[in-house]
Amino acid sequence: MKNFQYIGKETPRPDAPDKAAGKAHYIHDLQLPGMLHGKIKFSDHPHARIKHIDTSKAGRLSGVRGVITANNSPEVRLGFLRDNFALKKDKVRQYRDEIAAVAAIDPDIAEEAVELIKVEYEPLPGLFSPREAKKKGSPLIHETNAQGRPRTDNLVPLRFHHESGDLDAGKRAAKYVAEGEFSTPRVQQCCMGTAGCIAEFDMNSNLTVWAKTQIPFLAQRDFNRALSDMGLHDKNTRIIVPTLGGGFGTGLDTHAYEYIAILLAFQTGQPVKIIYTRDEEFAYLSPRQSSTTKITQGCDQNGKLTFREVEVLQDNGAYTSWGATYPSVMMMPATSLYRVSNVYFNAQLVYTNNTYCQAMRGYGNPEHTWALESNLDELAGEAGIDPYEFRIINCNKPKETTPMGLKVSTCGLKECLETVAKKLDWKKKNKKDKCRGKGMASLVHVGGGARIYRSDASGLILKLDDFGNVNAYHGGVEMGQGLHSVLTLGIAEALGVRPEKVFINPLDTSTCPWDVGTHASRGAFMACNAAILAANKLRDRIFKLAEELFPHEAEKNLEKFREKNPGYKPPDYDFVKAAKRERFDLKDGSIFIKDAPREPWLSLDLGKLLRAIHFRTQGQMLTTEVFYDPPNELPDFAKGFGNISATYAYGTQGAEVEVDTETGEVRILRMVAAHDVGKVLNPPALKGQIYGALAQGIGYALYEELQSQKGKILNPNFRDYKIPSAQEMNFPVDLEFIETNDSFGPFGAKGVAEPGLVPTAPAIANAIYNAVGIRIRDLPITPEKILSALKKIKKIRE
Amino acid sequence: MKTEISFTLNGSEVSVVVNGHLRLIDVLRNTMSLTGTKEGCGEGECGACTVIVDGQAVNSCLYPAHEIEGKSVTTIEGLHMPEHKLSKIQQAFVDNGAIQCGFCTPGMIMSTKALLDSNHNPSDEEIRDALQGNLCRCTGYVQIVEAVKRVARQLKVKQ
Repeated sequence: MKNFQYIGKETPRPDAPDKAAGKAHYIHDLQLPGMLHGKIKFSDHPHARIKHIDTSKAGRLSGVRGVITANNSPEVRLGFLRDNFALKKDKVRQYRDEIAAVAAIDPDIAEEAVELIKVEYEPLPGLFSPREAKKKGSPLIHETNAQGRPRTDNLVPLRFHHESGDLDAGKRAAKYVAEGEFSTPRVQQCCMGTAGCIAEFDMNSNLTVWAKTQIPFLAQRDFNRALSDMGLHDKNTRIIVPTLGGGFGTGLDTHAYEYIAILLAFQTGQPVKIIYTRDEEFAYLSPRQSSTTKITQGCDQNGKLTFREVEVLQDNGAYTSWGATYPSVMMMPATSLYRVSNVYFNAQLVYTNNTYCQAMRGYGNPEHTWALESNLDELAGEAGIDPYEFRIINCNKPKETTPMGLKVSTCGLKECLETVAKKLDWKKKNKKDKCRGKGMASLVHVGGGARIYRSDASGLILKLDDFGNVNAYHGGVEMGQGLHSVLTLGIAEALGVRPEKVFINPLDTSTCPWDVGTHASRGAFMACNAAILAANKLRDRIFKLAEELFPHEAEKNLEKFREKNPGYKPPDYDFVKAAKRERFDLKDGSIFIKDAPREPWLSLDLGKLLRAIHFRTQGQMLTTEVFYDPPNELPDFAKGFGNISATYAYGTQGAEVEVDTETGEVRILRMVAAHDVGKVLNPPALKGQIYGALAQGIGYALYEELQSQKGKILNPNFRDYKIPSAQEMNFPVDLEFIETNDSFGPFGAKGVAEPGLVPTAPAIANAIYNAVGIRIRDLPITPEKILSALKKIKKIRE
Repeated sequence: MKTEISFTLNGSEVSVVVNGHLRLIDVLRNTMSLTGTKEGCGEGECGACTVIVDGQAVNSCLYPAHEIEGKSVTTIEGLHMPEHKLSKIQQAFVDNGAIQCGFCTPGMIMSTKALLDSNHNPSDEEIRDALQGNLCRCTGYVQIVEAVKRVARQLKVKQ
């Protein structure tokens, strides 16, 4: 294995000192001269016709500079299926529908003005359950589609279907079968920094948006389209991404509040800022979708899986975001987690009058792995095989192609399972009187990009200056995950400079090259692959220039060295002859000949070389641009799907829990997490990704649920919506990274941003079953559900 | 109703005129332009706005501005030393990978300072207890607790 100088070494993140000092600038901290504050009037009904909007009082309030509704502003559409509008004209379809908005000189006046807006509605029957909504004859939530054609039902027109092998044959071959229906709730991403933006037009009607986004370049496309809708043809949007207070998928779409800020800025001619309060974030920002999964799996007498049949029903809410494509990710575990050749997968999404949903870390995978891995334990139980052994029997292997066409390059799943079993003392049985149990669950996820868009590429510009600094311009978003940390190390390692000489510039679509977006755990994989490409290009040019400059500089160095060290005799070495491009190397900003004697004078400082070529006639400076597009395929549903990612990440998590049968409380005693990460790029950053994701997985497993009644969010605050605090995370977490050194991965690494929360909930549920014999099928696993299930088995036993 | 209040902010005497309903966080962020203190919920639930008032960690989003009269306030901007040198706590957070998106970090560091000022040798449980009002969605708290323990060890050695 290659010895790296910086990769894999404990290195503090470059963005951490400013964050520790309170000097990082989030959207909340930005102020522009003349800036107004926008506030939105949301719907008072989940489903109603809008009869009249009265903004007259709001408009007259002192300090108000602009009031917009769909009646006095251009129609701007948004959404994955363009079924949503920035401002609603005829109808509201959810409580959070935007009806009007105000821009005022301070946030308090804006709030007061919004309260003065009066809306008359004609309420319509609401549909809050996807099962109800998909019934024939249900009232239509959307009467027409985006093209204006009439709709006849509430199904979202997206098809997610996969069949491979022979399902009937698989069923006939099964000796044991387990069937179950599992559900997951809506949960909120809970970025600590709430959503917000600033929009400003210049006098040429070009737009700048400071956006809390994970997709700056797709946002540019979306907003340019909105400018056209507004009659501003051939105008451009520049997106600037400030420091992000978390992302977790909330930045994968453009949002109505952003278009509203744009419309307000256009109407008032002043910059407009909209920041969501925490209540607004909970109630009016799209959460993770809820899902119901019916799954049946079967195995032969040896425990080998013979089939898997899956039917998913998802509550899409009132409009579609990119999150409507969750099932494409669910298909990945459904077809490719453990070896199974006969697979049926079908998913339906249904419009309802609930809040519409969007991406969240894991993107369908935690939902599906919850069902799959819980059900797998049930099947192992049917077959009388230990759940760990059962997983080993069906374990994926390197170099296999899965039923949906994923081409597995490296696969550390077996090592992950073995590691968890070992660290969890799997074979050592728990004392039943203490109601303690152990469980495990695994995952597969994209680890080498994900071609969900025509281009899955990531551009990188490296600009070298007179001082040997490397200025990097990259389109990937640092949202806390540590992208800048690994990109810095990647550039330093691949180019041969010290990490402190690398500067990652702020993300601005006018200076940074295109990147599809920071999602699908692709940031580090893409950025570091781009870094390697760019570094190689630069090294070629540097070494070519060194051919002409090195001998002369070395001569000068030697003279100086001799002056300081009288009597020094240089080794008998012809460095003029040896100064050939293929013999150079660059490390720590110093160019040297690979096989030359290590003499202090026999090297050339990179900064010196850059100055020498800059300040001569017909001088030049070194800048390079690359565009890394990974070897993966666009989904082809007709052909089962295809190889969406260049490589895949695997992992297993294990839990040991204690269940209090009196209160129903689940106490986690310890967690073990083993992840196939390809190669560790920066240990503290990687650990942070897994610890943090695992904590989100704990919340998902045990207490997080965005509750709603008839479409209204009931718990829009941290009092009633609990996320794990330091108190809850009071158990040891034992991490182990399995390095499979993937050939597609930069330095061998795979993407690992999402995997950490994918198997957490089923690992805990399986441990609960092991402890007290109850199978909880609906997340979150609350004490009430535990007590109710305990009561049921007590009755059965009696 | 406007009133003038005087207090000590990061070691300097300051006087500001405030409206009756203003909160301490508004004075810090808007009047004094000290945006290191973050507002995460405005309801005292997330701790991102934590500052130290007369030695106690408080939620500045719940603290009426006029009650700060005559008191001493320390914000994250008051922690680092001259010449851009981070304090020991800040440095430990940086070195230990305890910072991701960083939005909770100033509040988390202020709660840590209030803890360590009164208890140089906290147990794991005391650390978790002191930080339970500071929510973080990125880190899972593991490296944060380790960072606090690291500083505590340094303080112990110094004693």
